[in-house]
Amino acid sequence: MVLALLRKELLVELRTLESIPGMSLFAVTIFVVFHFALNQNAVAGQEAAGILWVTLLLAAMLGINRLFVADADQGGFDGFLLAPVERSALLFAKALALLAYLLVLELVAVPAFGLLLLEPSLGQALPGLLAPLVLADLGLAAIGTLIAALAVRTRARDLLGPLLALPLLIPIVIGAARATAPLLAATHPGGPALRWLATLALYDLVFGLIAYAVFDFLLED
Amino acid sequence: MRLPGLRALSVTTALAFCVSLSLVFFYAPIEAEEGFLQKIFYLHVPLAIVSLCGFVLGGLLAIAHLRTRDSKWDLRSYVAIHMSLIFGAGVLTTGSIWARASWGHWWVWDEPTLVSYLIVFLLYTTYQPLRFAIEDPERQSRYASVFAITAGAFVPLNFIAVRLSASYVHPRVLGAASNLPGSMAFTFLVSLVAMALLFATLCSYELTAKRTRILLKARSRILGFQ
Repeated sequence: MVLALLRKELLVELRTLESIPGMSLFAVTIFVVFHFALNQNAVAGQEAAGILWVTLLLAAMLGINRLFVADADQGGFDGFLLAPVERSALLFAKALALLAYLLVLELVAVPAFGLLLLEPSLGQALPGLLAPLVLADLGLAAIGTLIAALAVRTRARDLLGPLLALPLLIPIVIGAARATAPLLAATHPGGPALRWLATLALYDLVFGLIAYAVFDFLLED
Repeated sequence: MRLPGLRALSVTTALAFCVSLSLVFFYAPIEAEEGFLQKIFYLHVPLAIVSLCGFVLGGLLAIAHLRTRDSKWDLRSYVAIHMSLIFGAGVLTTGSIWARASWGHWWVWDEPTLVSYLIVFLLYTTYQPLRFAIEDPERQSRYASVFAITAGAFVPLNFIAVRLSASYVHPRVLGAASNLPGSMAFTFLVSLVAMALLFATLCSYELTAKRTRILLKARSRILGFQ
């Protein structure tokens, strides 16, 4: 069931192209904005990690805000509730779809970051970047799906989504930015900080469980 | 409505505050490094502890609401979070004053407790906008409960995450209250109890007011006053 729903999500996205191109373009634009706002041609270390994660976070917010819009406006929720399936199947399908969007976003945004702003070469840092990217994406997908479902049927959903999600995502930014900072150092880049990866994984796990526990209550009418 | 319990609670709270303030100003010793200024500790820390417990309590009451579907639990959860937010504004104000007086800045980022408190406060300020952006009353209370549970679980997690992020630079002794001298610890405990009583009293007042309003609405509907 989850796979069928996931297939539907990805098919809708492939046919409408509503989220992924917008997110990727937004991320590249934000790098340009950072270049002018900071007046710097190249960044390294903690600064680079910060710029990368703020950009990914904001681009992810765009996808999170749009995640359930079609379901709320065009009767997707009603159709889903009529089907005799577990309600949490929708949570998993949406979270997996969001995870896929984020991975595609990063396929564009991380090389663009390496090209436009990063001082050390990206190739060296790339293997180490994978773990923090995937762990942060899992957390973004879990929290993002929960908050998107919470905000989508309110009057001010475009405003409430980011307001609700950003404080909840701050621990992910802390973990991801600290884990990636040593990788992006200009001199003597190190490995990813394992302590922060463990923190990220734990946070993902806890919020995955919370989302699973409360999601059903969002889909009752 | 006759409310003997509320009256007793109010009187107890007033007495507890008289005792705790007298202890703060006349019994607790002046701290050697910070001097008289350190007295704000007896206001700031109890406010913070009580409001954080209030946030978590709001989450627990929300669990009760989702389990029983009884709207009285949702009302209680709402009141607990609302009152904690008001206390929270007090926490940030007193924390800021304390920071200004002892470190010279209105805001310091290397105090993990203060920073995590700000994040929690920012999250909870969206509780009411979320709630009142939903028209259907049943869905409103359901969604508000989901938020209250998520945010209630976030409170301890966030404190752990922010503390971890700061401990590289500033090693901290966990449980600083435990190495207070006896007279200070005693004053602190009394202040904490007084603050908890104040929280309970204000919550009961708000609950009573809300219940009365609901009752009044129902009665006037029966009488056709709409």
